[in-house]
Amino acid sequence: MVLGIEDPWVWGAYIGCILAMLLCVVYGALNWNKGGEDEEGQIKEEMEWHKKEKEMEEKELGIWDEEG
Amino acid sequence: MANDILVLSIIVLIYLALVIYVGYVAWRRTKSADDYMVAGRTTHPFIMALSYGATFISTAAIVGFGGTAGVYGMGLLWLTFLNILVGIFIAFVFFGKRTRKIGHNLSALTFPEFLSKRFNSRFIQYFSGAVIFLGMPLYAAVVLIGMARFVETTLNINYNFALVALAVIVALYVIFGGIRGVMYTDALQGTIMFVVMAILLVAIYWITGGVIAGNEALTNLVNVVPAKATATATATGFTGWTSMPTFGSPFWWTLVSTLILGVGIGVLSQPQLAVRFMTVKSNKELNRAVLIGGVFIFLMTGTAFIVGALSNVYFFDSMGKIAMQVVGGNADKIIPAFIAMALPVWFAYLFMITLLSAAMSTLSAQFHVQGTALGRDVYETVSGKKGGASVMVARLGITVAVVIAVILGFLLPANIIAVGTAMWFSITAGAFLTMYAFACFWKRSTKAGVISGLVVGTVISLFWIVFEYKKSAEALGICKALTGQSVLITAQPWPTVDSIVIALPIAFILTVVVSLLTKPPSKELIDKSFSGV
Repeated sequence: MVLGIEDPWVWGAYIGCILAMLLCVVYGALNWNKGGEDEEGQIKEEMEWHKKEKEMEEKELGIWDEEG
Repeated sequence: MANDILVLSIIVLIYLALVIYVGYVAWRRTKSADDYMVAGRTTHPFIMALSYGATFISTAAIVGFGGTAGVYGMGLLWLTFLNILVGIFIAFVFFGKRTRKIGHNLSALTFPEFLSKRFNSRFIQYFSGAVIFLGMPLYAAVVLIGMARFVETTLNINYNFALVALAVIVALYVIFGGIRGVMYTDALQGTIMFVVMAILLVAIYWITGGVIAGNEALTNLVNVVPAKATATATATGFTGWTSMPTFGSPFWWTLVSTLILGVGIGVLSQPQLAVRFMTVKSNKELNRAVLIGGVFIFLMTGTAFIVGALSNVYFFDSMGKIAMQVVGGNADKIIPAFIAMALPVWFAYLFMITLLSAAMSTLSAQFHVQGTALGRDVYETVSGKKGGASVMVARLGITVAVVIAVILGFLLPANIIAVGTAMWFSITAGAFLTMYAFACFWKRSTKAGVISGLVVGTVISLFWIVFEYKKSAEALGICKALTGQSVLITAQPWPTVDSIVIALPIAFILTVVVSLLTKPPSKELIDKSFSGV
């Protein structure tokens, strides 16, 4: 009996959810400042992409994107 | 009653004030920091993760799957496990980074366009666009049903009336330009949902006497309730709310193949989520979002499933009935009913407003994807014309999508939210997942290979849904009309095996085999796609 549940396939899922969440927390914390090398270049690239998307929405969907 | 209306009005007003305030802050931020200045364009990881989460976790997940947990029990927590591990960790860390980079390299603006440019095939674009346009109304319809069920129970009004009223609001929302959820508003909804679900998790264990006591009560419940209350479920493999169903039984197959695998794996190939990665500014942002996303999804789906399962204990203690008996056999109403009965009225209203607004942003993202699928991916690719008429086509597509979703809302039977969501996820997994994964990770995969996987995966998924998967085949009635029997193979377990279990492996093997037999893609295409990856 773990956490009031007998079936290991069910308490396993319960514990598995907590462990998976912890994996995300640990990964996020360890890599908090990584992946930012050439952040400026990455952001510029996304800006270009966003401009094209905005154009598509205005020209092809007739939608005005509020997000800017 | 008058008092309740006052409480509801106050909550709605506070909510609207918050939305307007957040919208104003976002607007000022984009206006003051020059839009095209790099510094002004970084998004806080909290905003990124919660807005992704709000698109990912819809009303369907909370109302539909929470209610389903009232029937299938805590075994459904495997879906939460996959939601975190696959839907957040693998999606962000592995797929997200590559989708972002490759999408930018190829200037792909939609999911079908991403796949089409990666493999240099226009067929992929219009075929995928058509699958999305034709299949997605089902998903939009179940989100709409989830909203209507909640309003029905919380405000105690007629379901059909609620459905029409909500459809009108959604249509107005879509027509008056709010088609794209603003990231900040999404993040606000995400934050409120986060808090609300945390309160709910504490509340359910408070009501049932703590984590261990509550779970034990649920474990024992199956021995306490009259056998006839669970007779139908037991006959198909149900063994209790804290134990897995009998291995290989229909109950087991539905839980494991449709609900857990269909949704848990299918999330990777959701078009509206894949596109979202291209709006991410940097890998750092994705790394940080993993932390927040993991906690967010745990609290959303984990809470919904735990509450759905434990609501049986609450209902049995207070009314002597299990959840399915209380809601007249419609699992879609379990979560709304539990909240209306067990929690204070202000909480029920707060929950309703949050769910409705989250559903709005999910729905608008869905309609947006459908509009571009028809206008850009199908019409422009097939006709070769850009702009002009495609605006008309896209708008027409959105209108048709809204209308179909509403009609389906009326036609679909009870107990449909979770299964409807799962079916859509399975279709996308059968059709797109292999191609999408290879687009990101296997440079040797060829155009011919992925096209065979795409076409065969789609055809098998649809065939299975129409002719073999009992729940859908019976509802559609096509198999019955053509062959005289409701499904082709009646022997267990086939009528309860989800299409993903059949279509995904076949599409995968076929793609690998055909790719290896055909000429590798050109070096230029691979270099261009993977530059900087």
